[in-house]
Amino acid sequence: MNDIYMDNNATTMVDPAVVDEMLPFFTEQFGNPSSLHSFGNKVGFALKKARKTVQTLLGAEHDSEIIFTSCGTEADSTAILSALRAQPERKEIITTEVEHPAILNLCENLETQGYTVHYLKVDEKGRLDLNAYQKLLTDQVAIASIMWANNETGTIFPVEKMAEMAQEEGIMFHTDAVQAVGKLPINLQDSAIHMLSLSGHKLHAPKGIGVLYLKRGTRFRPLLRGGHQERGRRAGTENAAAIVGLGKAAQLAMDNMAHENSYVKNLRDKLQEGILKTVPNCFVTGDPENRLPNTVNIAFEYIEGEAILLLMNKHGIAASSGSACTSGSLEPSHVMKAMGIPYTAAHGTVRFSLSRYNTEEEVNRVIEAVPPIVAKLRKLSPYWDAEANAPMEEPEKSFAPVYA
Amino acid sequence: MWDYSEKVKEHFYDPKNAGAVADANATGDVGSLSCGDALRLTLKVDPETDIILDAGFQTFGCGSAIASSSALTEMIKGLHVDEALKISNQDIADYLDGLPPEKMHCSVMGREALQAAVANYRGEELEDDHEEGALVCKCFAIDEVMVRDTVRANNLSSVEEVTNYTKAGGGCSSCHEAIENILTEEMAARGETFVAPPIAASKKKKVVKLKPEEPKPEPAAAPAPAAAKPSGKLTTVQRIKIIENALAEIRPTLQRDHGDVELLDVDGKNIYVKLIGACVGCQLATATVGGIQQKLMEALGEFVKVTPVTEEQLTNLVGV
Repeated sequence: MNDIYMDNNATTMVDPAVVDEMLPFFTEQFGNPSSLHSFGNKVGFALKKARKTVQTLLGAEHDSEIIFTSCGTEADSTAILSALRAQPERKEIITTEVEHPAILNLCENLETQGYTVHYLKVDEKGRLDLNAYQKLLTDQVAIASIMWANNETGTIFPVEKMAEMAQEEGIMFHTDAVQAVGKLPINLQDSAIHMLSLSGHKLHAPKGIGVLYLKRGTRFRPLLRGGHQERGRRAGTENAAAIVGLGKAAQLAMDNMAHENSYVKNLRDKLQEGILKTVPNCFVTGDPENRLPNTVNIAFEYIEGEAILLLMNKHGIAASSGSACTSGSLEPSHVMKAMGIPYTAAHGTVRFSLSRYNTEEEVNRVIEAVPPIVAKLRKLSPYWDAEANAPMEEPEKSFAPVYA
Repeated sequence: MWDYSEKVKEHFYDPKNAGAVADANATGDVGSLSCGDALRLTLKVDPETDIILDAGFQTFGCGSAIASSSALTEMIKGLHVDEALKISNQDIADYLDGLPPEKMHCSVMGREALQAAVANYRGEELEDDHEEGALVCKCFAIDEVMVRDTVRANNLSSVEEVTNYTKAGGGCSSCHEAIENILTEEMAARGETFVAPPIAASKKKKVVKLKPEEPKPEPAAAPAPAAAKPSGKLTTVQRIKIIENALAEIRPTLQRDHGDVELLDVDGKNIYVKLIGACVGCQLATATVGGIQQKLMEALGEFVKVTPVTEEQLTNLVGV
């Protein structure tokens, strides 16, 4: 029996067609795209083609708006640091409490350098309050950076609307769309979004390639200065093979998006329903009405996420968790905390994120495997009444720790 | 991705003594839902002999927490409670063939549950003096609370000092930024400003050829020493006193990790010390000795070389 991979929000399998497309660029197509001779030209044309495909995937107006980077994190950093350097008189940033660490840790560091960061709160379903956002839009704000979809819950944010609101106040808008690109239709030319980040390995391209979309006319300051690559906006010899791979992956994403939005969504819904029906005391986190088609995040009460993952891994099932123990921190996921998920459940969240490679048979196997795993761990838990198969009544009262 | 030993996996996948012991006469609860780890240890102790007849655990936690709980119950069954209390968290980790540094707190939880259960058996009250923070140094498993407390208690003002007192930062050095951030905050709280030391200059002297007509520059004032140096030349007795005092400051840190250090001999610039307990054979002994050497150089205001030796090796070295 094959292992089951349901951790596609972490990374995806490189599509075999993408690998095929890339291979010549490790062998005969080795030229430097900046070179004027035929060796360089061939690679240069391949990059041009890939850039065009990514432009089409994003609905960008010009292919020169596509800047290849090494990853999503680099694109995020470039966007925010560029906005600050290009507008030195503006010292404020707006973002959300539930962003990816690529944004949050950068913002935290910028706070130590004298910048003010406004972190938008979310409600219990992980949704943003646009009125609170509106109040923060002043001429002191250099950039608003709001993720398109949350990596843990899949909750989708109304970034197009938020970009328009920012534009009315003359504020640059960036979106970390790492989880959205390839899963949701995007049309940037008709939006007020100035900058967007994407990451190749989230859409079946290899790791080590990302993109920063930069709307023409947006004031920009490069993160990496040096050669003239990427029109001087991101110096460094291009990772040609990976760029070609991303181009192919972008094409496949466009070809498959409609299919993914129905096929994968149906699998996800079946998985969710199967688990909720057979496992007591668990619930879906995030906004079930407005989320990525491939993602479901389930909180299992009174057990811990890493332990669930280890037992699932023994059954050949790969998923991920927002528990403290999986990250090595003492706190459960910042996303769960921001949504106010109680501690009884926040440590026991498991994210299943599917892709076009998952099958119904795999979903059935997971539905079968999860209930006994949860039951086994609950039997060990001091907060669970094994006889009644229910949580202890007032567990915090019966469990009286000396050291808490 | 955690790199768990086979022993950890074995105790996690097939935990021993899971569940509460029937007729238990001792219970120790530690942890909480909020911190994601909780352990209830139940014991059946023979009141006549104080021997632990049976032990059981109930754990809410990760793989390491479950494995540590299971290992603990196996280790203490059949022991006298006083013997059981001698088990350290490191013993639990060793029993499991090691735990990742991020998971050492799971073994601490096991030890605390044991202390709580024995106190419960004896009808004693235990005070919660336990506080845990985010992990700062992965090489030595030192958390933020320990670093902050040590900085506060000893008015530390450099990464080097933090390393000398806690070991944090003495390994791969990737946590130096985090330590500097803590120093910045703690020093600001006491009205001081953290200033990073200048990068040590290369020992190579750069020769600048002056043109004949150029006047020779005035010699620059000697830079102030980094540490307060004792003034004047020290006698051997004075040097030994200073060394002993500096070692006395370091020892509590080593003792916390079940190690220690002892001064054996001073021979000019060479200072011979004996590492004791857990420091012997520790793979991080080099970092420990480096820290000791740094501390002694600061105290003496001169370069010294610290060498760890046994008494026997010392006899061969200096012919005592």
